[in-house]
Amino acid sequence: MKRFSKIISAVLLAASTLSAGSAVAAGPSNGPDPVLQDWSFSGIFGKYDPAQLQRGFQVFQEVCSSCHSADLFAFRMLSKKGGTEYTEDQVKAIAAEYTVIDLEIEDGERPAIPADTWPNPFPTPLDAAGANNGVVPPDFSVLAKARNVPQKFPNWIGNYFTAYQEGGADYIYNLLVGYHEEPPHGVELGDGQYYNDHFPGHKISMGPPLSDELVDYEGSAPETVDQYAKDVSAFMMWLAEPDMTARKELGFRVLLFLFLLTGMMYLVKRRLWSNVDH
Amino acid sequence: MAHQSNYKPNSGFEKWMDERLPIIRLGYDSFVDFPSPKNLNYWWTFGAILAIFLVIQIVTGIVLAMSYTPHVDLAFNSVEHIRRDVNWGRYIQAAHANGASFFFFAVYVHIFRGLYYGSYKAPREVLWILGVTIFLLMMATAFMGYVLPWGQMSFWAATVITNFFSAIPVVGDTIKTLLVGGFAVDNPTLNRFFSLHYLLPFMIAGVVGLHIWALHVPGNNNPTGVEVKSKADTVPFHPYLTMKDLFAVMVIMIPFAWFVFFAPDILGHPDNYIPANPLVTPPHIVPEWYFLPFYAILRAIDFNVGPIDSKLGGVIMMFGSIVVWFFVPWLDRSKVRSGAFRPMFKWFYWVWVISFIGLTYLGAQPAEGVYLFFAKLCTAYYFLYFLVILPFLPRVEVTKPLPASISESVLSKSASQAAE
Repeated sequence: MKRFSKIISAVLLAASTLSAGSAVAAGPSNGPDPVLQDWSFSGIFGKYDPAQLQRGFQVFQEVCSSCHSADLFAFRMLSKKGGTEYTEDQVKAIAAEYTVIDLEIEDGERPAIPADTWPNPFPTPLDAAGANNGVVPPDFSVLAKARNVPQKFPNWIGNYFTAYQEGGADYIYNLLVGYHEEPPHGVELGDGQYYNDHFPGHKISMGPPLSDELVDYEGSAPETVDQYAKDVSAFMMWLAEPDMTARKELGFRVLLFLFLLTGMMYLVKRRLWSNVDH
Repeated sequence: MAHQSNYKPNSGFEKWMDERLPIIRLGYDSFVDFPSPKNLNYWWTFGAILAIFLVIQIVTGIVLAMSYTPHVDLAFNSVEHIRRDVNWGRYIQAAHANGASFFFFAVYVHIFRGLYYGSYKAPREVLWILGVTIFLLMMATAFMGYVLPWGQMSFWAATVITNFFSAIPVVGDTIKTLLVGGFAVDNPTLNRFFSLHYLLPFMIAGVVGLHIWALHVPGNNNPTGVEVKSKADTVPFHPYLTMKDLFAVMVIMIPFAWFVFFAPDILGHPDNYIPANPLVTPPHIVPEWYFLPFYAILRAIDFNVGPIDSKLGGVIMMFGSIVVWFFVPWLDRSKVRSGAFRPMFKWFYWVWVISFIGLTYLGAQPAEGVYLFFAKLCTAYYFLYFLVILPFLPRVEVTKPLPASISESVLSKSASQAAE
């Protein structure tokens, strides 16, 4: 068993050292460090909070989606288990509020059904850039997985053992609360640019999208920029990874099985080799 | 096979078959009766682990290809479609993507084990050379597979790597154009990479067959490096090593499942979730972790040597760092095979392993300042180890006395354990 534990420790050392690549590339940051949030979906037992996702969806619907597309977001996803968990009737009603392009019918437009994807706010990328200071607002479909927070050595080593996969949600939250009304002394902003602590290079072409009491929540959740930012970040994480809850639940069962089977294998192996000097 | 065949056909069908195509005999001699040293440690289980990961990669890959579309406009979304809509697709995709990392992790352990115990020495030179060939094929396969999701890192990795070939004098640009299928990375590149990514794994499987054949002629090396002398030194492959390998495979499946189910994206790069865009270059272009040591060597050469500019020099050193492995059986002049009996070699070996891991770390850092200095230092030691230390160390090294046989070494070890 001693030789065996040597191998395990070598595995851990190599795993932590070798995977430097993904952790370093998050981009330059000379502002304050991002504040990591305590997400309901972090860790191996993490689950999305349907109430939070519904609030986040509301923020997306009323604020973000006027400029940002989400091409892979099908309305039917809204009734999935482990996500926003709307009923199928609610999803039909939500979809019907939107018009989608359908070139196979007479007028070329019709109300959306759950099988449709979220309509793009702009007909072409050129229109999108024209309306947004020359920059196409990034598509939301997998955006939460395309972003990460910068972490310094050796903090990111722990990520492999806690399965930290929420860097995108943390980045989006920090970005949304990271705006300054005035840029710091000595920073020149271009036309239509804003200063943000967490955007790489700090000069962002998106104005602060959120303000207190911008979106009316039905429940008791506070109507603050901080709460909106958390909710919409959680929603975007779900949009990028809609089946995370099911994945983690299955993973737990798989690991349990593997531990049991490995233990049995070890006992068989030891019994088999007990009459061999080796 | 080198050892005497002990296969005895039992049933009428087996006798009939044995006189026509002795394939059952081949299987019996190779995987049941095959006499293996009884002192193999757990570092020897990585061969079986690699075989399992090759199977995992081929099976998951074939299934993924059923739903993947190799077209620049559709590839990114088709991978996302696999993750979202295809039954079990997210697990198959995650197993394939993380399986590549585990495959490389296991192959590095396997290679480093060979380097420590001198498994490349006579009569196993061909076995070793076939192994290096498999490693080169794995690198090509993994690189082309990484291009297929057509994210930002896919596209820019393809651009950077294919550009290496343009450094070759005279014919470089022609080779690059042939490889890419045009003047820049585009749809033809994606199509041919998909085609080759499907072909190469079967070539790997073929060379693995030769590798196992070449293993079964001289038989396994072992931690003492002393050849098998009698039947008392060995155990039959089945059930002893099949069971031990199976246990080791199950152990490695635990971290594999951890990554697949709890952190499927952690070994990847977030930028690969941005669809490929030829007009936007990512701030840092970083290959997958298993290529980082060689990437660090490439970038460590930032100076011209005579007619060789830094670009060509870097490419030569990068390819040279693997080509040198082919010559290791003849570079190492030590009469003693196993590093366990070479007190000085051990130190040089472990410094080499640390510098290799260091190169991995440095490959992910920007090529500037102190990082570049250490990358040069580690690169220099990398080549020094193979070209100077392995050939000349045996002239000064006094090795420890070798046991007369495997059995003797096992007995003295269990005696000393009993004394404790």
